[in-house]
Amino acid sequence: MVQKLEYLKETPSQTAGPYVHIGLAPGAAGFDIYENELGWDIAGADAKGERIRVEGVVIDGTGSPIKDVMLETWQANADGVYAHPEHDGEVEAGFRGWGRVITDFDSGEWGFDTVKPGAVMGRNGLMMAPHITLWIVARGINIGLNTRVYFEDEAEANAADPVLNIIEWERRRATLIAKRTERDGQVVYRFDIKLQGEDETVFFDI
Amino acid sequence: MTKPGEFYQRDRNWHPPAVTPTYKTSVARSPQYSMISLEQSASEITGPKFGHTDIDPMDRDMIHNYAAAGESAIGERIIVHGRVLDENSRPVPNTLVEAWQANAGGRYRHKKDTYLAPIDPNFGGCGRTLTDENGYYYFRTVKPGAYPWRNWVNDWRPAHIHLSIFGTSFSQRLITQCYFEGDPLIAKCPIVNTIPDQAARGQLIAALDMNATIPLDTIAYKFDIVLRGRRSTLFENRMEGN
Repeated sequence: MVQKLEYLKETPSQTAGPYVHIGLAPGAAGFDIYENELGWDIAGADAKGERIRVEGVVIDGTGSPIKDVMLETWQANADGVYAHPEHDGEVEAGFRGWGRVITDFDSGEWGFDTVKPGAVMGRNGLMMAPHITLWIVARGINIGLNTRVYFEDEAEANAADPVLNIIEWERRRATLIAKRTERDGQVVYRFDIKLQGEDETVFFDI
Repeated sequence: MTKPGEFYQRDRNWHPPAVTPTYKTSVARSPQYSMISLEQSASEITGPKFGHTDIDPMDRDMIHNYAAAGESAIGERIIVHGRVLDENSRPVPNTLVEAWQANAGGRYRHKKDTYLAPIDPNFGGCGRTLTDENGYYYFRTVKPGAYPWRNWVNDWRPAHIHLSIFGTSFSQRLITQCYFEGDPLIAKCPIVNTIPDQAARGQLIAALDMNATIPLDTIAYKFDIVLRGRRSTLFENRMEGN
């Protein structure tokens, strides 16, 4: 016998199920209950930097868009600072850096408006290319999936990014690069997420 | 200033795996490649903060937060309470806990739910609260009913409350479900049984708590939540520049 370590175990995950909107986006479920629904304003009105829209669909293993997904986003501001007391630097008033988006019930399309994040210092003094972290939950997903959105027009920074570079299969890195387009004068990054099958998106254990 | 440490590696054998064929929807919604493991950077050890300006104190009272004035939701009045701790048994203060659930008949207030049990006009099924400085939280609600779902033809979910917890970093982000002691449907549920370990499944079952029950008023259940623990900075952790 040896001494017992006495750590608690993390509460096990369960799927968010089909009605995640009731709790986390009740307006979308069809009823108004909170005066202040959280997660719709990511950067706030005063944030510096380029205003962008990120959008896409989440596709299952049959090639069909998933219409009951919730995604959460987490990003630094345009200076590469997270709105968190452990990250050095200041963010603009109203910049939370976190957002919550759901897919359209009919089309499966999702999208959010924010500012393009700046580069963030990674481990061992290596600069990470600008990126947004996504967390994806839905019916059929037993534990939330983490991935990162990088930007097509940051090719040089992406090539040096320490996280992209630990993905041994270079062809899979492309699944994390959002395609830049413009629509009605607005910058739009397209980021389709494939849960399974050909060109499956890279997911991280963070 | 000492730099913060990393969070302990998630035990993926304790959590459910992605593909669990008896929970049928998981089959086409599970990645086939292995996840890429990251050594944590600032992107993972930070996360959103919420405060008292974000939510209303009434948001935690699902018996009344959608009820007409003077009315209350129909069903077994319960308190669900407990602490949010990390794996080192330290409380997680001021963190957002969100909850959603069906009504006493097993019907969700959601336009996609067509189960024939009726909507309760005085029940929304949506609540949220911040933990206090000791990591303590509570909700008042009605005990949700079981309901059928299209998996195998006669599958019924045990009574459950969905819970969403943030912690202090995005790597602690967690959604789970709270079940109730003694419910015979728990053992039969394909979603509960996505969790391979029996002790892990037991961690999702709230205990009847007579000490916290309010006599002649409301029954209490205790449900503690554990988030990932964090390495101390006892040894240099080389987060920045070294």
